[in-house]
Amino acid sequence: MEPILLRARGVPNSRSLETYLSAGGYEGLKKALSMDPDAVTKEVLDSELRGRGGAGFPTGRKWTFVPRDHPGPKYLICNADESEPGTFKDREIIEYDPHLVLEGIAIASYAIRANTAYIYIRGEFVRWAGILEQAIAEARAHGILGRQVMGSDYHLDVWVHRGAGAYICGEETSLIESLEGKRGFPRLKPPFPAVVGVFGKPTVVNNVETLACVPSILTRGAGWFASIGRPRNTGPKLYCVSGHVRRPGVYELPMGVTFREIIEEHCGGIRDGHRLKAFFPGGSSAPVMTPDQLDVKADFDACAEAGSMLGSGGVIVLDDTVDMVEAAANLAHFYAHESCGQCTPCREGSDWAKDILDRILAGHGSPEDPQTLLRICTYASQGMTICPLGDAFALPISSIVKKFPGEFERHIAAATPRPPKKLPVLPWAGPRPGFDGQ
Amino acid sequence: MTTAAIHAVPAEQLATVTFDATMEERIGELLTHYPTKRAALLPVLWLCQQRYGWIAPGVIEAVAARLGESPAFVQGVVTFYTMFYTSPPARYVLQVCETLSCAVCGGRELVEHLKAKLGIGFGEKTPDGTFQLVGVQCLGACGSAPVVQINDDYYEHLTIEKLDAVLDELAKGKEG
Repeated sequence: MEPILLRARGVPNSRSLETYLSAGGYEGLKKALSMDPDAVTKEVLDSELRGRGGAGFPTGRKWTFVPRDHPGPKYLICNADESEPGTFKDREIIEYDPHLVLEGIAIASYAIRANTAYIYIRGEFVRWAGILEQAIAEARAHGILGRQVMGSDYHLDVWVHRGAGAYICGEETSLIESLEGKRGFPRLKPPFPAVVGVFGKPTVVNNVETLACVPSILTRGAGWFASIGRPRNTGPKLYCVSGHVRRPGVYELPMGVTFREIIEEHCGGIRDGHRLKAFFPGGSSAPVMTPDQLDVKADFDACAEAGSMLGSGGVIVLDDTVDMVEAAANLAHFYAHESCGQCTPCREGSDWAKDILDRILAGHGSPEDPQTLLRICTYASQGMTICPLGDAFALPISSIVKKFPGEFERHIAAATPRPPKKLPVLPWAGPRPGFDGQ
Repeated sequence: MTTAAIHAVPAEQLATVTFDATMEERIGELLTHYPTKRAALLPVLWLCQQRYGWIAPGVIEAVAARLGESPAFVQGVVTFYTMFYTSPPARYVLQVCETLSCAVCGGRELVEHLKAKLGIGFGEKTPDGTFQLVGVQCLGACGSAPVVQINDDYYEHLTIEKLDAVLDELAKGKEG
């Protein structure tokens, strides 16, 4: 497939405005400005573009939820918080083609009639925040952003806002809280951000990759975009492959290729002398899949039918050297660390799951542990929490327990009773790993 | 790539903080990005961490006063996020990714190596204040695992040998 989102990868000086313009850049924005904002939304709606951040919600429909005649400001937020384990695609787009992101932002802002857009980028991405800031300055200097966008009477300011280290801020309501200068605690929905978003105003939050799809929808048409992939699962998709493959990396492929094609053809298969044991199809929050599911199509609907999810398209590949109990424990540590702490099922559940898995690995598992893990996962998912982080930790862990019972049994069969625990006098007063308390 | 060292201002010099003209100017500029003062909190904290090396209690007081917030509110925000240093960091903070893709592709071995080589555990600093070791969650660069972030810079596709060479280089240069 001809690259759309990664067409600038490998092009010399690809980040400069000049290079971008010479490759037909900002033509989509020019076309959008000549259209009615609602017609722009209609075009994106017709393309069947679905959000690339993880949920797969139709982008055009999200835009239509913004009340059109709302008095006062509206906002567009580009979500560049990219923190789902296994996902590293947005960084790739920003590294090579920051103006593609800015053009998508400008078109989306125009469509929802917003005059301010923020790019919320994860705090660790210092380099990529700098690249975006430089691109914005360049676009402003050339009259592409700012007071009169490309000579029209449309006004748009774009600001980069750096997070400060919190997985939860990738969730859109938590991101909004964080952008407002607060702790990243997710909000209850409804009201949805499209109605009550940042600073209490209508707000659309779209992922970097989603916005990067928008310029070519404008220049080449919704029909062209929808012809890639299959109905309801259209367009190019960035698949991030990590783990035990020969050639890990970001691959741009038409939506709906199979996992077999991604892993075996594009990534060169599993490293020498080993076999595939399991893979996460869409970031670590998706239920794990097994080698017999390699022929599942890597798109939203096919993954859902197979009992998992495409999520962000982060494919984590694990070979036969991996102990799945260790993999589950690793993820449990991640989610226990990243739970914001608002909801008890998620805060306590992720911590219990972590403790139980650590205990099994320490050789002190007991036969009822797998059932206990599944029970904790049930309580933390299915709408028991404000945001999807509860599901995000419950789904991968419960799927590992269900699909690899033998590995748990092996650890538990060899277990010895746990030595009696010595209770510290002040359990909360000890130093915690990380930056605090040292 | 040469990673810039962190120069943490000693705690006693940050007991009371007054922003100078340069800081005031930059804070003023940041405030124009947002309709509320509070929204400038994270960028202002970043500015302070860049300037002072860490977020001392005196910095929290000064930021709170400047943005019209209570110190308790600012403290709450600072401690929610993992990237603000609430104690003076070493000159180079080695942030080793511990999440799945890195862990299975050599990240665990890197951690063991660093602990042994530097003689410190997670959260600790070498006695000369050059290195600090921190285990972090997914850095979003899984395709080039294992990954270590040193101060602001990503080091990817690492091996024990490559990382050793980087650390030797950093330890040699007084300035980074």
